[in-house]
Amino acid sequence: MSADYLIKKRSNTLKVLLGLGFLSLAAAFITEYDPVTGLISGLDALRWVATNFYPNEQSLTRLPSIINRLRETVLMSIAATTVAAFSATFFALLGAQTTKVNDALRLMSRSVASFLRNIPAVAWAMILLFTFGQSSLTGFLALFFSTFGFLTRVFMETFDETTASSIEALTATGASYMQIIFQAVLPASLPQMISWMLYMVETNIRDATLLGILTGTGIGFSFALFYKSMNYHAASLVVIVIVVTILVIEYISNHIRRVIL
Amino acid sequence: MQREQSLAPLWQPKVRPRLGQHRALNKPLDKGTLFMRLTMATFLALTVLAFASFDYQGINIYNAFLGTIDNFRVLMLSPQLTHFSLVEAAEGMLITLSLALLTTVIGAILALFFGLLAAQNLSSPLVSSLIKGGVAFIRAVPTILWVLIFAIAAGLGSVAAVTGMAFHSVGYLVKAYSEAFEEVDSGVIEALRATGASWWQIVCQAVLPTAQSYLLSWTFVRFEINFVGALAMGAAAGAGGLGFDLFLASAHYFDLREVGFITYLVLAVALVLETITTQIKVRLRVQT
Repeated sequence: MSADYLIKKRSNTLKVLLGLGFLSLAAAFITEYDPVTGLISGLDALRWVATNFYPNEQSLTRLPSIINRLRETVLMSIAATTVAAFSATFFALLGAQTTKVNDALRLMSRSVASFLRNIPAVAWAMILLFTFGQSSLTGFLALFFSTFGFLTRVFMETFDETTASSIEALTATGASYMQIIFQAVLPASLPQMISWMLYMVETNIRDATLLGILTGTGIGFSFALFYKSMNYHAASLVVIVIVVTILVIEYISNHIRRVIL
Repeated sequence: MQREQSLAPLWQPKVRPRLGQHRALNKPLDKGTLFMRLTMATFLALTVLAFASFDYQGINIYNAFLGTIDNFRVLMLSPQLTHFSLVEAAEGMLITLSLALLTTVIGAILALFFGLLAAQNLSSPLVSSLIKGGVAFIRAVPTILWVLIFAIAAGLGSVAAVTGMAFHSVGYLVKAYSEAFEEVDSGVIEALRATGASWWQIVCQAVLPTAQSYLLSWTFVRFEINFVGALAMGAAAGAGGLGFDLFLASAHYFDLREVGFITYLVLAVALVLETITTQIKVRLRVQT
């Protein structure tokens, strides 16, 4: 019996792996991706990076303008996260099972969040470019929509997980809806919510770089500018500046998490 | 309970506060509360600063908002393909999905190997921290920059896109995998070691079977991310696929209806992927 079970499990795993292998081959055919060329050119690229992709003295003169652009991107990411968190709190309260007002509103807020979340930020940027052009608001709004959708989902999960039993207890004492929200749900969920906001800031800075390339704003624009003019020393400086920023933010976030959770 | 947490998205804190333990109820202002208030205040202050320093380029915000709502109505209510045929759009979607699949498979194979070496219970502390530091660096660079950097040597196209995106996937999955490996019961590994089992035997007979379902779940989450990534690479790095079609429809043809059609297509696939991920997570939770 147990031997049968193991054999069956093995053959199932094998089937899945074979299927996946076949799909990958089909995918490689469709995209004309040659794994060998991929590997060789990947190694070539790394060698090229090691020999050409580093900042030199001349590129350091660009540092002030790069820092300026970086500030725009970081501020945009933080602003999008903050505004999205406020709106998401409201929607998540309506959407969470434990804090819902009624089922119709719950369904509505869940669908809105799901809709916004599943349209990628790139698509938002392409839509917003029509009206907001190359202003900072294009990037801000694109980040805002996707962050809002994501935070609504995780805030709903947080509300449901942290407060189910206490709400019942408070309802039994005759507390009003507002009292329950402000005295129990939000205080208990706040550490978790802040933790998610910190996570989104990191993600948004990376996404903002991509959006910047598309919409011509922020640090992404700096990179695209140097990249297209083949000024790779300056472009590498941009990469280093982004890496340092993200690692610093990750470090600060982890520190805050350790204290508040 | 622990297993459930390991499925939450990356970097999610492991400890959950309970209402009764909330510090603010016991002490008026301890370090945790102070930090939370400071963090909130910083968020607010930087947001105000951001709005003050935005480059508005003299656009009329009110009109732009109204225009966006108008555009959105056209986009959503009358989607239509004009420059692409339906077959071409489907082909674009197929290419984007293929890019995502290839990236995920290559990334997962490499990450499995490095993840084992990065897990503290299966590797030496030095190797583990070296790899973890390395992937933290890889993760910090946005995917689009990896793709563009690889494109300098390999030229724009699927090779650069897959290599660059796989790079970032490895960074992400090594972290996820190694954390799943580290949660394997240390008693099991110790017991196997005592019987004289080799490293490979421990990995193949104990670690991988135990962590299997989590690896699967994480890999699928990454596939979801790579799908969005492949779309973005098409738009921003000319990697082809539906992302490039989207970029053309918006930035070259200025065709709202076409953007609408492509958005619907992306939305449909993204919703299906999200449903599958949720199903996988639900099943894992039921098992534990």
